[in-house]
Amino acid sequence: MTATVESTVSAPRRGTGRPAAGLAPALAGTVTVGLGGAAGLLGVLGISGHGGGVRLGWLLPLAGVDFAVSATAGLFMLLVGLVAVAAGVYSIGYFRTSGASTITLAVAPVFTAAMLGVLAAGSVVTLLVCWEMMALASLVGVLSDHHRPAALDAGRWYAGMTQLGFVAILVGLVVLSASGGSGDMVLLGRHAGRLTPTARNAVFALTALGFGSKAGLVPLHVWLPRAHPEAPGPVSALMSAAMVAVGIYGLVRVDVQILGPGPRWWAVAVLGFGALSAVYGVLQASVSTDLKRLLAYSTTENMGVVAVGVGAGMLLIDYHRPGAAAVAIAAALVHTVAHAVFKALLFLSAGAAVAATGIRDLDRLGGLAVRMPATTILFAVGALGASGLPLGAGFVSEWLLLQALIHTEPGSGTLLAVVMPVAVGVVALSTGLGVAAMVKAFGVGFLARPRSPEAAEAREASPSMVAGMSFAAAACGVAAVAPVVLSAALDKVLGETPGVGLSAAPSLGVVLRLPGLAGSVSPAVLAAAVVSVTLAVVVLAGRAGARRRPAAVTAPLWTCGAGPLSERMEYTATSFAQPLQQVFDVVLRPEVDVEVSHAGGSEYLVERVRFRSRVDDTVELRLYRPILAAVSRWAGWVRRAHPGSVHLYIGYGAIGVTVVLVVAR
Amino acid sequence: MAGLTGRIRRLGRIAEPAPPAPGPLQDASEVGRGSLQLRHVDAGSCNGCEVEISGCFSPVYDAERYGARLVASPRHADGVLVSGVVTRNMASALVDAVNAVPAPRVVIAVGDCACDGGVFSEAYGVVGPAGAVIGVDVAVPGCPPEPAQIIDALRKLTRR
Amino acid sequence: MNPGGILGAAAQTAAVGLGAPGLVGGMRQVRARMEGRAGPGVAQPYRDLRKLLGKQSITPEGTTVVFAAAPAVIAAATLVIAATIPLATTASPLDGAADLLAVVGLLLIGTVSLVLAGLDTGTPFGGMGASRETTIAALVEPTVLLAVFALSIPAGSSNLAVIVADTLRRPSDVLSPAGALAFAAIVVVIIAETGRLPVDNPATHLELTMVHEAMVLEYSGPKLAVIEWGAAMRLTVLLGLLVNLFAPWGVAGRHAGLVGVAAGLAAVAVKVAVAAAALAAGEVYLAKIRLFRVPELLAGSFLLGLLAVTASYFLASPQA
Repeated sequence: MTATVESTVSAPRRGTGRPAAGLAPALAGTVTVGLGGAAGLLGVLGISGHGGGVRLGWLLPLAGVDFAVSATAGLFMLLVGLVAVAAGVYSIGYFRTSGASTITLAVAPVFTAAMLGVLAAGSVVTLLVCWEMMALASLVGVLSDHHRPAALDAGRWYAGMTQLGFVAILVGLVVLSASGGSGDMVLLGRHAGRLTPTARNAVFALTALGFGSKAGLVPLHVWLPRAHPEAPGPVSALMSAAMVAVGIYGLVRVDVQILGPGPRWWAVAVLGFGALSAVYGVLQASVSTDLKRLLAYSTTENMGVVAVGVGAGMLLIDYHRPGAAAVAIAAALVHTVAHAVFKALLFLSAGAAVAATGIRDLDRLGGLAVRMPATTILFAVGALGASGLPLGAGFVSEWLLLQALIHTEPGSGTLLAVVMPVAVGVVALSTGLGVAAMVKAFGVGFLARPRSPEAAEAREASPSMVAGMSFAAAACGVAAVAPVVLSAALDKVLGETPGVGLSAAPSLGVVLRLPGLAGSVSPAVLAAAVVSVTLAVVVLAGRAGARRRPAAVTAPLWTCGAGPLSERMEYTATSFAQPLQQVFDVVLRPEVDVEVSHAGGSEYLVERVRFRSRVDDTVELRLYRPILAAVSRWAGWVRRAHPGSVHLYIGYGAIGVTVVLVVAR
Repeated sequence: MAGLTGRIRRLGRIAEPAPPAPGPLQDASEVGRGSLQLRHVDAGSCNGCEVEISGCFSPVYDAERYGARLVASPRHADGVLVSGVVTRNMASALVDAVNAVPAPRVVIAVGDCACDGGVFSEAYGVVGPAGAVIGVDVAVPGCPPEPAQIIDALRKLTRR
Repeated sequence: MNPGGILGAAAQTAAVGLGAPGLVGGMRQVRARMEGRAGPGVAQPYRDLRKLLGKQSITPEGTTVVFAAAPAVIAAATLVIAATIPLATTASPLDGAADLLAVVGLLLIGTVSLVLAGLDTGTPFGGMGASRETTIAALVEPTVLLAVFALSIPAGSSNLAVIVADTLRRPSDVLSPAGALAFAAIVVVIIAETGRLPVDNPATHLELTMVHEAMVLEYSGPKLAVIEWGAAMRLTVLLGLLVNLFAPWGVAGRHAGLVGVAAGLAAVAVKVAVAAAALAAGEVYLAKIRLFRVPELLAGSFLLGLLAVTASYFLASPQA
């Protein structure tokens, strides 16, 4: 009996054009690291209030380029800097072993610089220009392996979505700066009150749409699970850890700080789409069998959780609860930072596993723990962070978010009483299923025995890759036990947010405390307690009864007498997720297909059973396909008017001129 | 639910009073003292012994009160309970099961077939009694042995 | 941080560590008696553990440190919970370090480490148990957090000492609709988390019906002992949390001395024993349900949790 599970196998990566040799990867990596370091420095300057303005009038005709780093931008620059340093160090070894063209090598530094430009932008024009550069650079990264149809497809989706998002942001920000009378980001914040309510709502809707699509919020996420996996390891880390955070930056800076506080529906919309993204993203991640696609869906989930925090903060500001609002916004920011470090680590280590095996399909991975121990441990650190468990990088922010939701006292209003429990349910469901997804990625992908010859021949990643990942892992560790490093930045960002009590910023010392609210937790003490007690138990259990105990041995697995086990008998990612897939089949709508062929014409003798299971993106199927079909029908109609006849075109010209003359008369 | 409650109250204790404990085995091994977990392997039995073994753990005989229990994995067990003559198909599985038990371990052969081949000893497809494949520590003869006999053997190990 | 609190935390941790096997033995004994059997006695789990500690340790081929470390992680996470939660005293020095959300997270750490150990063996049954346990844990999580939410709202905090103190101050909260619904939700959660009937049958011998047991099929000797001990402590801790969240009477306060801590310990021991006996007796009436019916049960308890939260919003008395 055969059970075939449909899978995508990626061939060893071949870059565009001439492969770069020798020092080129080292040079590109060093530039990225340098940019990351500079970003960190600028970020610290911005947070400490010294992010003053620089104007380069000559660089861009008419508008000029303005840079000014606010505290909010400073925090995000720090984040991008961290990711860039990790990805830069990693990229040296990655591109040396897997080979890449000069263009692909140039992507990481240019992309990093563009993201920093977006964050540092002091005017609307600068922001838009850098935004477009960021989009193009990442598009080139996605297409670096453009010989593969999947990469081309991903590139098309990404280009379409990112340009639509850009148009939305462009129109929104242009309307904003036109009505505000200035293109300067700081002045805009003061003048935003001049906008008519309709214009404000329109600007909010357009910018939220654009920034939300960059952050990968449902239903604008479709590009994300295609594009992020196709990019080379370091670039996908930059995209999934840093670029989505830039989307969140836009949401916070423009929609909360400059435009806000706005009407109540803004908050509900942000929270609602965040909740939808969190649940949908985590559901898809928990049934996904492609390692990098799983991580991409997890990005959608985490950005959804961040948006829930931002939305809850906006709602609490509206209800004049500055204390709880401060906690909610702080939770969103801490989660963005934590997500950046653990997702960078996850994408880098997943990239190392893919580079070593050429396989992204979890059903064919496994056994890497023995063959790539460093990569496995580092992936585990990232996965622990992503699952939001204590000791992990994601715990602090999940805790803060739940605290903000819990501290909405009864009697605050019907809307709060309905929205907050649902938000708690969403966060809880995404935590639970997020754990399932990460357990699957780590347990099936890295533990047990290899499920394919490629996985069996995997070799440990090169030292620079391990160094890059270790840097990200160290950042995860700091985020997990010492979130206090973010304290100063959070205070400043909350100070820049209208409607939030500055005094109410959560204190993130050894014990996390919420001023004015009862509730405390200490991740550092918990981690120390769990680790030390674990060691104590190991020692005590080793000692107890040791006199009577025969010497320990290594023995074959217990196979119920039917051994030896082959890798075909192991649980795969598909089988691991099968119960969840069945429980949620209403939402996921999996396509399951069982094909039985019989031997010798007898229906009792089975020769071969083929099983195919496939989970497509429901949103894409139900929402995008009809729209795309309609657009292409329309395009077909329009094309009929273009038969290629010169005479007809001259006729069109004549009609056009006549119409203009008639109208202008 | 009310019906079940009524039956529980009416029946009370079904387990028969425990007979006096037998003495320990000759070699006085410590295996299973106070707690004896066993993995049962049917090496080719006619299922007569299985009926008796399941009788041992029924409420009437209640072997659990002496600290003996059947478990699912040989890794959790202190020994293997073999029933039936060892057939060719089961020989390697039986060896695997015994080897999977962490030391110190015990092998108990239940029934005439497992002890000396019984009525099937001449049959084709038969390797022989359990002793032909693995070392047997305790033998419980009988075709099939009564639950009381099996429990008596178990109690020699648990000493309760 | 007062001496009474440190003493109390140490005492309750030791009591959980030493008493947990006895609790499991007691539950088996209750069940045996109700089934008409004589039962092996309350002390049987201690004999089992002593024997397992003296047995050979077998490392299955191809397993990694994940398999080796999982038992200790489960036991350690549970011990930390035992030291934190208000069992005998509300003044544990760790109380400020871990609130109810952290306790839920620590429980999940235990579950995850065992699931990874099951996957690490690479056997079909290990993977099967891991998959099922993960499914159940993922679906239990929302219910737990909603119930936590419902309990935290009246007290205005998710810190356990605050919740317990609030319940002592206003006992009527427990009997409110929100309290009752949260209680029901948490009971379902405890049953699912500890692998009791009808979610999982702890006494099954048939691999295909296993959840928890399937993951630990490869463990032997001392590691198995630690797992069994950890599972017993988990049950004890969860029952202790349940009884003290909803009936905290007797628990030693912030300024209690030696006598107060001893009285608190005795009170919680009695309450946990009663709850465990009730749970064991209830199991006699139940059969295991199909794995795919479990989500229905959990969805039901999720709904109870949601109702509890909504009720506490709309029916809550104004803040004192």
